[in-house]
Amino acid sequence: MNHSLVNWFKFASPASFYPLVGRLIPFFATAAAILTIAGLWVGLVVAPTDAQQGEGYRIIFVHVPASWMSMFIYCVMAFWAALGLAFNTRLSGMMTSALAPTGALFAFLSLWTGALWGKPMWGAWWVWDARLTSQLILFFLYLGFIALQAAIDDPRRADKAGAILALVGVINVPIIYFSVQWWNTLHQGASVSMTKAPSMAHTMLLGMLLMALAFWAYTIAVALMRVRCIILERELTSGWVKKNAME
Amino acid sequence: MNGLLYPFQQSVRRDLLLAARHKTEIVTALFFFVIVVNLLPLGIGPDPDLLRKIAPGALWIGALLATLLGLQRLFAPDHADGTLEQMALSPQSFTLLVAGKILAHWVVAGLPVVLIAPVLGLQFDLSGRSLLILTVSLLLGTPILSLIGAVGAALTLGVRGSGALLSLLILPLYIPALIFGAGAVEADLAGLGSEGHLSLLAALLVVSTFFAPWVTTVALRVALE
Amino acid sequence: MQWNSFNDFLAMGGYALYVWGSIGACVLGMGIEIWMLKLRRRAILARLLRKELTQ
Repeated sequence: MNHSLVNWFKFASPASFYPLVGRLIPFFATAAAILTIAGLWVGLVVAPTDAQQGEGYRIIFVHVPASWMSMFIYCVMAFWAALGLAFNTRLSGMMTSALAPTGALFAFLSLWTGALWGKPMWGAWWVWDARLTSQLILFFLYLGFIALQAAIDDPRRADKAGAILALVGVINVPIIYFSVQWWNTLHQGASVSMTKAPSMAHTMLLGMLLMALAFWAYTIAVALMRVRCIILERELTSGWVKKNAME
Repeated sequence: MNGLLYPFQQSVRRDLLLAARHKTEIVTALFFFVIVVNLLPLGIGPDPDLLRKIAPGALWIGALLATLLGLQRLFAPDHADGTLEQMALSPQSFTLLVAGKILAHWVVAGLPVVLIAPVLGLQFDLSGRSLLILTVSLLLGTPILSLIGAVGAALTLGVRGSGALLSLLILPLYIPALIFGAGAVEADLAGLGSEGHLSLLAALLVVSTFFAPWVTTVALRVALE
Repeated sequence: MQWNSFNDFLAMGGYALYVWGSIGACVLGMGIEIWMLKLRRRAILARLLRKELTQ
């Protein structure tokens, strides 16, 4: 390997990526912790009571960031998937599979908190609202991705098959969202919608922003932790692992 | 004869010939569709108003499941006896060969469903107009199911537990087709007209015809590595 | 500061179950994820160590 050639592809090799990531994890973990505390403080203590929804609206401080992250993570997965298919780098596939469980967790949390928000506001744990339904389908897409990767033994094939599925999924997500919205307007059943956001106070926005950043930092930290595990599992036999892993 | 589409024609012909020798499979899938759709009134009750309301959805979901049934065998036999590898290595366009297989799958699994759907629709007390719209929606929609399903079949080729996995991967991707297909009849009954739904379904068909065979080919090459 | 007392804060204006149920689920989910990753890493390192010792 040509060490004088300093470029980004240097870090595409697991051997040089592993220690770099090890230094990054504490930084993002600390950021996630601080931002979470600040965000919850602003969201739960400082932010004023909502005029229409009372204190129940405070669920949005975790619900909205979780929904954002679940969608964002799928896009990032598709990005790594495309990179992996285009340049055939091993690391891309590892990043894609490292992100998937966290994305699934956020999709689930988004549904869970959505149900807890819907019960007092709409009077039902679940309504066939376009957003909720799309979110559920996104959760299914994550589960399909994880199941596909778990079923394939050869890691290289699992990476590539997963990458194709992630790209097919990311093309489908807008189509699914559009079709579900179409379906929802035809059926007018659950006409209550979350779309008209009540005019939010600045502190509410600040709380939501802080929580979104916190979840973002958390995602990076956890995905990097997982990618380190994946690297070790796959490269257990190579020499550099013994040197580095025990640090 | 030796035109650009020659491999496509040969692939369709070969798969149809193979299917004709295993007629039971076609018939089994068709009866599966008939039974699933007929079980619904038994589970829900014979109220004609209710049945008329659920008919499009029931037939569409039956069609989804019937398509899934045949998908597992789309590439698996050719993979097992090495034919698929030969196809991938052949100088002819692998994508066209795969496209031919997908078309053959639709003729075997989708077309019978479309043809029998009006009869089942009668059981649900649908009017002639609704029956026509339902059949057109299935005619436009079942090829989409075969096309998207082929991607899933290629991804899960030779993977353990591929049957259940295939459903998990593919069914969420079927949702748009289901919504526009089953929605066409309801929109017409509601007086909104079915043209919007059917055009969107046709658009989905065009897009998936362009992309699905190509993505399937990429996925098959990964599976064959 | 929106709250007069700590009990007020816990009661969340009657929405305690929903608000704390949401935040609790998030904390629980993330906690389990981190814990599982720690276990996974420990298992890998133990395997590595065993291999080292046998060699």
